[in-house]
Amino acid sequence: MLAYISKRILLIMPALLFVSIISFSMVYLAPGDPAEILLMSPEGSPSPEAIDAFRVRMGLDQPIYVQYLRWLDNVIHGDFGYSYMSERPVADAIMKSFKATLKLSFVSMIVSIVVSIPLGIMAAVKHNTIIDDLCRFGALIGVSIPNFWQAFLLILLFSVYLDWLPVAGYGDGGDLKHMILPAITLGTSSAAVTARLMRSSLLEALSQDYIITARAKGLPEKIVIGKHALKNALIPVVTILGLNLGFLLNGAVVTEWIFGWPGIGDLVVDSIYQRDYTVIQGSILFIAVIFVILNLIVDISYTYLNPRIRYEIVD
Amino acid sequence: MRSWIKNRNILIGLIIISSLIIIAAFAPQVAPHDPTEVNSMVRLQPPSKEYPFGTDHMGRCILSRIVYGARISLLVGVAVISGSLFIGIVLGTISGYFGGLADDVIMRLVDGFLAIPSMFLALALAGTLGPGMVNLMIALIAVEWTSYARVVRGSILSVKEQDFVEATRGLGASDLYILVRHILPNIISPVIVIATLGIGYAILAAAGLSFLGFGVQPPTPEWGSMLDDGRLFMRKAPYIMVFPGLAIMITVLAFNFLGDGLRDEMDPRFRKEIPH
Repeated sequence: MLAYISKRILLIMPALLFVSIISFSMVYLAPGDPAEILLMSPEGSPSPEAIDAFRVRMGLDQPIYVQYLRWLDNVIHGDFGYSYMSERPVADAIMKSFKATLKLSFVSMIVSIVVSIPLGIMAAVKHNTIIDDLCRFGALIGVSIPNFWQAFLLILLFSVYLDWLPVAGYGDGGDLKHMILPAITLGTSSAAVTARLMRSSLLEALSQDYIITARAKGLPEKIVIGKHALKNALIPVVTILGLNLGFLLNGAVVTEWIFGWPGIGDLVVDSIYQRDYTVIQGSILFIAVIFVILNLIVDISYTYLNPRIRYEIVD
Repeated sequence: MRSWIKNRNILIGLIIISSLIIIAAFAPQVAPHDPTEVNSMVRLQPPSKEYPFGTDHMGRCILSRIVYGARISLLVGVAVISGSLFIGIVLGTISGYFGGLADDVIMRLVDGFLAIPSMFLALALAGTLGPGMVNLMIALIAVEWTSYARVVRGSILSVKEQDFVEATRGLGASDLYILVRHILPNIISPVIVIATLGIGYAILAAAGLSFLGFGVQPPTPEWGSMLDDGRLFMRKAPYIMVFPGLAIMITVLAFNFLGDGLRDEMDPRFRKEIPH
């Protein structure tokens, strides 16, 4: 087990190094000279002196690999540089928006679990009936619906017509009222995936021999499903959390932006609009590190919970 | 083959997708109006006989824009998957068949791409490369190719050591012959399944990025950017937002139906483990 964990951690390192290169090179992927574009004002192009001064101030006058190594060194020490726009520390902006994202993700996760687990169980128990069909169809709709469109349908119904909930915003430090619609938007799309997994996992458990034994000894169906099958079917629940995580982070990009929720997705979209490269570099790297660490935790706990796969892992 | 037709998911998926292809191919005949024709006399009109889905803020026919938009979405979906397939199959084959250092390097590259949540990577790439359809496709290929590389590598690893491959090698067959004749046919089914689901995902992501303004640019009729156009007129003319969203959903749904159905039919492991 320990060997497995250390191997996984070792494998992460090159991936993160690669991510840092991708994040850093964002500035150079953009067409044009970043200094010139950033200093462009309505009065016209900036003077060459102003561009040079900006370059020196932001360290853009150094060779690229020097810039990269210096950036990497700073980042490892928690210093993500300063925003081109606000001139405030990037790390502060990232931490602040990540908190908002965490808050929203937590509530979305609850929405997702509350919707998906009962639906998945119902579909599996009522296998091959109209209920199963409806649940599966609902899940397919859930993964196919564009979340930005779903967001608007929710806003249209609950904010514009019924006037129950605010259209967008963070409210008083991110209160529940402002969180409901984005959390439903994010939660339902990940619920679709979870419900499908719950269904197939329970169906698989129900086809095992020990279920036949349990039924044969005359146990009521409730106990067969609830105690014997469900217990085993819930093992992939950790994977469910992992899958949700990817869904929530990816969905956060558009959803946060639409609802004006000041999370990391909103931060990235805004910094791209403003060409605020230090913020883009920092937040992409940050989100990747978080994503990788969380995936690692999910993998390790899955391996721990499911001894069957513990020794099968070759790679 | 006959059971494929009987599979309801495959059937529904195929019917919707073929209809979309026909609509896209015959867009000039199907669309009642010019999709980019601006007419200030008929701004924000609700659905009518003349304009079945209504008109947008510039008086353009929404139905016609959706019909032409099918071209863009299908094109982007297919192009992104073709590009990803090409890169994924080439790198996955090198990685799985030859192993060694090449395998290590390619797999670490895959890990690196997978470390960034896909929407963030696509957004950052599309955003920094600048708006436009080609950049949008590059950004989406960057997030899509990894799954093909992984699946191809995995399938090759499992086929490579089998007796029939060893026997062919013993008879003096070349690497290329073994790859094309024996290994590719064995990896084709999983690849078709994820490619079908991948087209749906690519269309969805492309619409999302265009919605944010990083993809296809106006006045080109694109479903995602049509939703962005409608945003400001949501209160006055909600139908601007309803129809393009519906179009995206139905299209993605069709590819998901087809992909799901194909997986059920093609993947014997899936068929055995999960009863239907």
